[in-house]
Amino acid sequence: MQGKCGLFFTTYAKECQVFHTDFQKSTVALFFLVLLAAPFFLSSYQVSLLNLINIAVIGAVSLNLLTGSCGQISLGHGAFIGVGAYATGICTLNGWPFLPALLFGGATTALVGMIFGIPSLRLKGIYLAIATLAAQLILVYIFMHWTSVTGGAIGMGLDPPVILGYSFDTDLKMFYLTLFFAVSAVLIVKNILRTKSGRAFVAIRDFHLSAESVGINLFRYKLQAFGVSSFLAGIAGGLWAHYTMYINPEQFEIGLSIQYLAMIIIGGLGSVIGSVFGAVFLTLLPEALGIVANLLSGFFPDISTYFLAMRDGIFGLILVFFLIFEPDGLARRWQLAKSYFKLHPFAH
Amino acid sequence: MEYYLHLVLNGLVIGSIYSLVALGFVIIYKATKVVNFAQGELVMFGAYICFALTVQMGLPFLVSFFMTLIFSVILGLCLERVILRPMIGEPIISVIMVTIGLSTVLKAAIQLFWGTQVRVYPQVLPSEPIWILGLPVAPVYIAAFCLSVVLFVIFSLFFKYSTMGIAMRATAFDQQAAQSMGIGVKNIFAMSWCIAAVVSSIGGIILGNINGITPQLGHLGLKVFPAVILGGLDSLLGAALGGLIIGVLENLSDGLAQQFFGLAGFREVAAYFILVIILMIKPYGLFGTPEIERV
Repeated sequence: MQGKCGLFFTTYAKECQVFHTDFQKSTVALFFLVLLAAPFFLSSYQVSLLNLINIAVIGAVSLNLLTGSCGQISLGHGAFIGVGAYATGICTLNGWPFLPALLFGGATTALVGMIFGIPSLRLKGIYLAIATLAAQLILVYIFMHWTSVTGGAIGMGLDPPVILGYSFDTDLKMFYLTLFFAVSAVLIVKNILRTKSGRAFVAIRDFHLSAESVGINLFRYKLQAFGVSSFLAGIAGGLWAHYTMYINPEQFEIGLSIQYLAMIIIGGLGSVIGSVFGAVFLTLLPEALGIVANLLSGFFPDISTYFLAMRDGIFGLILVFFLIFEPDGLARRWQLAKSYFKLHPFAH
Repeated sequence: MEYYLHLVLNGLVIGSIYSLVALGFVIIYKATKVVNFAQGELVMFGAYICFALTVQMGLPFLVSFFMTLIFSVILGLCLERVILRPMIGEPIISVIMVTIGLSTVLKAAIQLFWGTQVRVYPQVLPSEPIWILGLPVAPVYIAAFCLSVVLFVIFSLFFKYSTMGIAMRATAFDQQAAQSMGIGVKNIFAMSWCIAAVVSSIGGIILGNINGITPQLGHLGLKVFPAVILGGLDSLLGAALGGLIIGVLENLSDGLAQQFFGLAGFREVAAYFILVIILMIKPYGLFGTPEIERV
């Protein structure tokens, strides 16, 4: 089987490898070395952005597994992240250690996600999207009104995570924790996609009737996709809750779901590396706009009053722009850039 | 008893607005199979344009009403040409996301121009309440209800008897067959966006007369989904009835939840609980066409 230029695979297993060449392995290793050392050279604010990116990567990768690879549109991912955040927070407030609480949060979210995933057997496409939209709104209502458990609109104050007596109370310490979970989430999803389940997900996305007729149990695999995706969303929620140390229902409104959907669209549907690009892009976008607004404030003194509306507007414009002009997202641009350098003087 | 009657009447009024917005949604879905998440923002757009014309430019209400309709036609045409046409044949998630992106852009534009505070229309209809079944009802509400009914009848007749309406139904049924019969499918798409924008604007203007307008009005667009799912995504009658039923059920369950469980604000989600139940038992709604899948 012919792979990329100069690569020749003799077995399927070899073709499925995550990294094909030593060059790939060494660049990835180099990238992680730089990433691990980076926080020491960055300001605390920049490290906090890295933390947010790590958490967004977990959420985006998990949503991409469900929506991009399995084709089940979910408009409720923000609320699922919220379930994880509240479940983890409630456990640690009751004296649980952080790691079991985080796992419990993930498991609770997986359960909730699977309950809302049950209709996916009957509902497809737009109907499923509307059902998950209902899930999103109902869950936020529950966060808001089950005051005895969630604290309602006042929210919930939390402590930084403590693992085996070691407290992750600064951005720098937190960075390594979130990076660990982000890398794990990426590896988990990447590897799921290489297994039988992953191929089943893709088959269901491409055409569910053909998938069923070649013996894929639709119900089982759809539920599995909802379960894994929601579990990771719950982990992202738990980390986010303990990183910001405060949660309230407004954080998990439908805007968050849209944000995550935008990440996987801008990054590239069904692509793991694309979810990472999308998460980085959309976390840094408001910062970049903030810098531009600051630069422009000399010319337009009242720009700060319009900033919020402009930020949303530009977010929407970028989303529409990507959908119209680059539906395969940043992942495709990345491929094009790589092949450009690989083939450099010869374009074909 | 009077309490419940009041709830039902209020529900009918809110429901008639839902019906109007749902009508716009269904017209787009019927002709183009596009699920429009920006319906609420179209409502808001109409409301703000009319506000700008009447209050900020000082035009008489009737003039600005008709000018708003012209503006919405232009908006509908632009949206279809620039944003929706490249989406033909794209997967459903892309179409959903493009309308979501569109709604963000429209909302942001409205905030940029008019800010976030509540804007109030000048009094157009008399405020003296009319008594129905022993309950006072503001004339605006009655006007809203009547307008919804009139528009519904007009569009039903339009789809049933006019050449354009029949062409639209043909396009919805089978685009290729319609095209080979000489129907300009692109024109049909543009037409349906125009109609939807106009209907939504009318809804927005009525709402503005009732409560005043804020950029939060866009949330109304999400309320449309329970109505259209109950009625069936591609049925006009379904949209009209679905909106009314959802309005009434929402109000009743809100009243009941408050009376018996002390739950505040159940109104926000009542419609979605109903939505989930409908999806479980009758996903194609009361009058929708079931999708039949063949390999």
